[in-house]
Parts: sequence; C-alpha cells; structure tokens
Amino acid sequence: MDDLLNLTARGLSEKIEAGDVSVREATEAANARVEEVDGDLNSFVTTTPELALERAGRVDERLRNGGVKPWEVVPIAVKDVLSTRGVRTTCGSKILEDFTPLYDASALVNFGEEPVMVGKSNMDEFAMGSSTENSAYGPTRNPWDTGRVPGGSSGGSAAAVAAGEGWWALGTDTGGSVRQPAALCGIVGLKPTYGRVSRYGLISFGSSLDCIGPMTRDVKDSALLLQAIAGHDPRDSTSANVEVPDYLAGLEDGVEGLRVGVVTELMDERIDAGVREVTSRVATGLEAAGAEVGEVSLPHAYYALEAYYIIAPAEVSSNLARFDGVRYGLRVQADGVHEMYRKTREAGFGAEAKRRIMLGTYALSSGYYDAYYAQAQKVRTKIIEDFREAFSRYDVLVSPTSPSVAFEIGAKTDDPLAMYLQDICAVPASLAGVPAISVPGGLSEGLPVGVQLMGDHFTEPMLLRAARAAEQAAGFEFTPRP
Amino acid sequence: MISEEQVRHVASLARLGLTEDEIREMGGQLDAILDSIEKIRELDLADTPPTANPLNLSNVLRSDEPRPELPSEEALYPAPDAVDGLFAVPRID
Repeated sequence: MDDLLNLTARGLSEKIEAGDVSVREATEAANARVEEVDGDLNSFVTTTPELALERAGRVDERLRNGGVKPWEVVPIAVKDVLSTRGVRTTCGSKILEDFTPLYDASALVNFGEEPVMVGKSNMDEFAMGSSTENSAYGPTRNPWDTGRVPGGSSGGSAAAVAAGEGWWALGTDTGGSVRQPAALCGIVGLKPTYGRVSRYGLISFGSSLDCIGPMTRDVKDSALLLQAIAGHDPRDSTSANVEVPDYLAGLEDGVEGLRVGVVTELMDERIDAGVREVTSRVATGLEAAGAEVGEVSLPHAYYALEAYYIIAPAEVSSNLARFDGVRYGLRVQADGVHEMYRKTREAGFGAEAKRRIMLGTYALSSGYYDAYYAQAQKVRTKIIEDFREAFSRYDVLVSPTSPSVAFEIGAKTDDPLAMYLQDICAVPASLAGVPAISVPGGLSEGLPVGVQLMGDHFTEPMLLRAARAAEQAAGFEFTPRP
Repeated sequence: MISEEQVRHVASLARLGLTEDEIREMGGQLDAILDSIEKIRELDLADTPPTANPLNLSNVLRSDEPRPELPSEEALYPAPDAVDGLFAVPRID
C-alpha cells in the first residue's frame, strides 16, 4: 500500500505544506485505493475521481500563493446526504437516484471553495438505520470483516476511513449515526453540540437532532476537521451563534484533575460483556492518567430510546413530505396529483423509510399526539435535566458507544426492534444536544469496540482533550484495512 | 392492535402508497414498535414542559434584506416536469 495512505490527515497536511508531496499525488493515491477495494466494500454510492483530481490541481496552484487552510489539502469522503453542487446526491434512496443539487452544503463550503472530494459515501436510506443495509445501492461491508456490517447510518463514511479510501470523511448523526459506525469500524467519530455545524444543505431527517460530524483516524484529525466545518450560518436558524474556539489548542494537555463519570444505566446487561470490559479498561486508563473517575446516573436514559423512536419518526414524517415528485427526484406519473404523490412515494421509498413515515404520522395524528409525541418531548426535558445534574458533578461522561461489536450482514434486517437497540447508548446525547465522541477502545471478539465520551454543550475543546487521553490510554493503532 | 383499516388511514394521511403485502405486514410491525415504546407513558410528566429544541432557541430572525438567490430556470432544472417557468403537476383532484 502507498505510504501516504498510512498517514493521518494532519500528517498528510504537514507533508503537503512542506512541499514533499502534492495534493494531486495524494488524490491519486486515494483514487487508486478506492479502485482497489471498493468493489468489495461498497463504501461509495458515487465516486468522483476526476473531479477530485481537477480540484486537487487547483488547490496545488493556490498553495503557491499561500492562504490555503491546512485541512483543504486532504481529500475527503462525503456522506451522500450532504448536498454537493453538480454531483448526484441520493441519500441512499431510489427517490433521489437522479438528483443533482444546485448548491453545496455549508459545512463543505466552510471546508473549502472546492473540496477535494473522492466520492459520496453510502448510507442507510435518509440516514435511517444502524447497518447501512437500508441503502438502495447495496450494503457497505466492514473492512475488518466483509461478512459484517460497518454500522450505520454513516457506514460508507466509516468504512471508507477504516479502509484508507482517503483520510477522513463527513458523516451525520441523528441518533448515533456517526458514533456507532465509527465504533464498529475502529475509527473516531464526533457528534458535535447540536447547532455547532450548520445543517444548511444537509437533507433533513430529524431537524431537532441532526448534526454533521467528523469521522477520522484519530482525535487530532477530529479536532482539525471540526475546526474546518464549525460555525454560525444565517442560512440555518438553528445553528448556534457561538464563537468557534481553537480545537487543537490544549489537545495534549491531559486529564489531570478532570472529573469523569461512567454512566451506570449504559453499563448494564443490555451491553455485551466484552464491550463493557473495554469501556471499563479505558475508564481505568483515564484514572491512571490523573482523572478522578466515578459513577454517575442518568435515570431517564432508560426511556431515551423510546422517546427517540417517537420524536425522530415524527420529524422524518414531516421532513420526507417534500419528496412528492414535484420539484425534484422521482415522479411516477398518474392521472391526479394525489395518486401521483402516493405512487411516487410507494416506488421511491424503501421499507424502513415507509415504516418510519407511518410511525411518525401515527404518533402525530389526532388522538395520539399527546400520548406519544408530547410525552416524548417531556421525556426529552427530563433527559436534559439528568445531564445538567450529571455535569454539575462531572466534566465528562463515559459509556460504550454501541451495545455490541459489528454484527453479521442480514442478522437484524428482519427485526426492526433489534436494529433500534443498537442506538441505546447514543440517543441520550442526541436528545440532549450535547457533544459526544466515540474513540476506539480496543478489541472484543477480534473486532473494534468504541468508547463514548460526552460533554456539556459547547465543551468540545475539553471533550476532545479527554478523548485524546482516552485514545492514548487505549493504545489503539490505526492501520487501513483490509 | 392496529387494524388494516388504521394502516390505510395513516398511509393516506402520509400520501404514501403501500402494496397489499406491505399493508398486512405494517400493522404487526407498528404494533411491536409501539408496544416497546409504551413504557414512556408510565412516567407522570404532567408538570414537565416539552422540549422541541435542545438549545432552547426560539424566534431566530434575520434582517429582511433582498439578496441574490437561485435564478428560476436553475431552480427548475431538477424538476420532473417544468412548463413555462413553473412546476407542472397532474390534474389537482
């Protein structure tokens, strides 16, 4: 394998900065790697090798005049839910098979004028799923074991990073969709504070939950990519008008005196023993590095998955109403407009999308609204209060990211509830809107285990510092696979 | 227990076509999911306010200034059927 592909994004950026290698050469290496492994992995719905080379050439030219940001020179994979001007964006759905957006998502614009993008990565349809098996473009395979899922919904981004099909990727996380695939593929996945990164150009799933996040080889790269994409955006009224700090400053300062609480409710028998073991080991490692480690309770975490599976489908049932065959995407012709809507949506959406539209419409319908949707919104308040209480005593909370390691392809496709359980550790932070990061903690059954660290709103600098220490304590070495 | 009739009603609210097989399966699947989330109803939250936005933002406004936006011919480009600068649809029934 090309040596360049063994570098971290930051390592590559430094080499390019020093003039040892060009952006074009790096892009050629990434394209060749995609060519080599993606037939087996299916990390991408669409690859864009020529576009990447063209843009790489222009970044190389700009490098001579200076003013190029350190992240801009590193080729990136972009989840196929982020709008990319002139490049087809499918959301893993047949309904958008031929859809080409007219503008770039703000997160990409922040990354660079012309992001050197190797391709659009595969995902569960409209980001609904935990295995990337709900894609209309076939499942993605886990680079650690191609008989297993990479997690989801950002499974294509996770597999691309783990396989060295480029150096990093953007994913999106509504109820764990950055963190869980990162955990299952042995990489780092960060869900920033809700509103930290603009959602403009992100095709919405759950608007009060959706976050764009970095998927990277290590915590340093995570900080660098967050630096690139974060910031307030007048085009997204839910984006936070909060100053963006320097995420790399103080990253290596360690955890001396930091108060770390292991979440009791997320360490019970619903979590595989091997996963709990790795999580405890990382907590012990943080203690050895000088942190004060204790136990903390989030009592309403037991109701988080249930509240999530009302709120997220409710939001999706309204967000997916825009796919009606009128302004973009598939249209199935019919005699009247209503029949056209029904036929278009019947043909265009897959089974899980239909299930969640039905669930959400039911939960919002007259007679059920108070019992389900309003109650779930109140549970959400309780979960936020639990976090507030926990953060009065601890700086960082620790739990597993996912209840198991990567499972076999097909193992849960017939049982939606078993699939939803993959999200139990991830959804509390999503509902509270707090930042959470998954770092590889070690192996169980020969497969990677992710450990999740959560912080209070906008404490990413501290969270990344703790994650860096956790990563060092775990001693997990990234190598592209297979 | 969600009946086939209810499934049809909810699907019609969502303007979602379902095959007869999908209608048969959907009732049971929704039942199983709703059973599993039933337990949130055991919590007494009469005095708890609901949360719609985790940062509690509300009424975010921007200044009302004209700015360049997509020209209409470009905006119509992805449309399945555009006629005379407009989105065309079948007969409205």
